[in-house]
Amino acid sequence: MSDNLIFAMEVTLNGLMAGVLYALVALGFVLIYKASGIFNFAQGVMALFAAMTLVGIQKGQVPFSHLINAILGTEFHYFGWTMHSFLAIALTVVVMIGLALAVQQLIFRHLVGQEPIILFMATIGLAYLLEGLADLMWGSEIKTLNVCLTGDTCLPQGLNATIDSITYNIFGYGFFIDNLDITATVVAAILVAALVAFSQYTKQGRAMRAVADDHQAALSVGISLKFIWVLVWSIAGFVALVAGIMWGAKSGVQFSLSLIALKALPVLMLGGFTSIPGAIVGGLIIGVGEKVFEFAIGPMVGGATENWFAYVLALIFLVFRPQGLFGEKIIERV
Amino acid sequence: MKDTTEGYVTADGRQIGGVLMEMKNITLQFGGVKAITDISFDIREGEIRAIIGPNGAGKSSMLNVISGFYVPTVGEVWFHGKKRPQMKPYQVAQQGIARTFQNIALFKGMSTLDNIMTGRMTMMNTNLVTQAMWWGKAQREESEHREKVEKIIDFLEIQAIRKTPVGRLPYGLQKRVELGRALAAEPKLLLLDEPMAGMNVEEKEDMSRFILDVNDEFGTTIALIEHDMGVVMDLSDRVVVMDYGKKIGDGTPDEVRNNQEVIDAYLGVEHD
Ligand SMILES: Nc1ncnc2c1ncn2[C@@H]1O[C@H](COP(=O)(O)OP(=O)(O)OP(=O)(O)O)[C@@H](O)[C@H]1O
Ligand SMILES: [Mg+2]
Repeated sequence: MSDNLIFAMEVTLNGLMAGVLYALVALGFVLIYKASGIFNFAQGVMALFAAMTLVGIQKGQVPFSHLINAILGTEFHYFGWTMHSFLAIALTVVVMIGLALAVQQLIFRHLVGQEPIILFMATIGLAYLLEGLADLMWGSEIKTLNVCLTGDTCLPQGLNATIDSITYNIFGYGFFIDNLDITATVVAAILVAALVAFSQYTKQGRAMRAVADDHQAALSVGISLKFIWVLVWSIAGFVALVAGIMWGAKSGVQFSLSLIALKALPVLMLGGFTSIPGAIVGGLIIGVGEKVFEFAIGPMVGGATENWFAYVLALIFLVFRPQGLFGEKIIERV
Repeated sequence: MKDTTEGYVTADGRQIGGVLMEMKNITLQFGGVKAITDISFDIREGEIRAIIGPNGAGKSSMLNVISGFYVPTVGEVWFHGKKRPQMKPYQVAQQGIARTFQNIALFKGMSTLDNIMTGRMTMMNTNLVTQAMWWGKAQREESEHREKVEKIIDFLEIQAIRKTPVGRLPYGLQKRVELGRALAAEPKLLLLDEPMAGMNVEEKEDMSRFILDVNDEFGTTIALIEHDMGVVMDLSDRVVVMDYGKKIGDGTPDEVRNNQEVIDAYLGVEHD
């Protein structure tokens, strides 16, 4: 087997793993869009906010400490605990549910029945608000995030030795696959399976599908739209937290994290705004596509194709299949 | 007009009970348009109550007021002898009032079975936490609901389309599935907005039979809007007639048919 082909396989595998994260963020978009018609620009920032909150709680950081200290003239920065990861994740989930409630009560409750573009603008506002809030609560420095089961069994980092040796034995070249990427893929798969089970087999899941399908009909069978919207934002918040953990563990929790939201846009154009399988497949295609393109074509055009490849691919899709791979045919909402 | 204060016995021997729902001086205004002007009437337990009138008379608006989709500008809604506070449509549904829509509002992407299952939403009382913690119990409850839904499917003779996404069904069958979803809630009061519109004669006969059977077998009180006079006369115990948002008649089919004002309202007006 030629060296190039072997390299290409490694690149493809790595692309798949990168795609998982795009898919997770896109999934959050799709959930909210289906249930409420809101295109949530803030989904990426929610991942950032969730990751920062998790780190802050883990390390016992005092929220709003700069503000508090400036007003009271104190020097109070840490509570002085290091919290177990699971407990910290549980508390972060509570914060994300609180955020979902606040978003519904303070913003979207007042915008029911407004044009989609107005709802979209509101989410842009929300994105910047959340970014500012994250900064104010937890500070703007880059943080390292590590999630541990027990004392020192943490999210694994670095090269996976098994894959390295197996591929070395087969191809005479060991693939470099990051342990963290493998974990992320497994976690994402579990998350998606759980979401599917939830929406198919629980009362609330069925209500969620009902709301996504027809608001009027959903009301007539006794479903509270408000409850479902809070539920959906909470789930999207949870998905954001998972994406934030994976991304943050890999590259540190920093504000550039919110930029992954922008990568989720081409993913959505590929997969369709209303399709959960579309978000997943779209994410994987973009992940693999941009890595392989960079590997194969990058050197000829001076590299850095990863910055634009996804958008150009999405543009081509928009022209030929505007509803995306799996999206429903575009029809006017009435 | 027949005195109905104490309930009455119909010609076919059904016992009609006391007042279940009472609309008191309902006025509904959209900007400058008055869809309903000061209308009062009641619906009795076990009754099939028709609301008729020319196009744009305000019939659907009245049904929307009952089901909480519209909030009346003036007037009160009394249910089970109590004044109903302002409610959201989903709260009205939880009180045992189910409905269908003139323009069909089904979950188009879901199967017939799933659509009717959502109709049982108000009957399911497990919450998220208990469902997660007692998965077995939740699944048992789910299968009990499923059984009820299968009964409704048998009753409406739609076994063949159980798994079909309803968006693909012909109009007549969609109407039937929508009725099924409303029935799944085991409603105290069932509101039907033109359940037979756009159907052929055979489909209309089937639908009439279902409506009568629901009323007869489950004792469900029904309020329905219908344009086909023959159907109205056959099905209903009492009729409210609306025209231009006002009530112009109220009584048994015979009384209404001989009411001069009603005759005038219908003269020269085309109805399907
Ligand atoms: N949401 C609304 N906003 C503004 N006007 C409305 C609204 N709903 C109904 N109307 C108006 O109220 C009047 C009564 O309409 P409604 O739909 O109740 O009539 P209807 O008796 O059901 O007629 P049809 O037999 O055609 O169904 C109409 O003039 C209609 O335009
Ligand atoms: Mg109408």
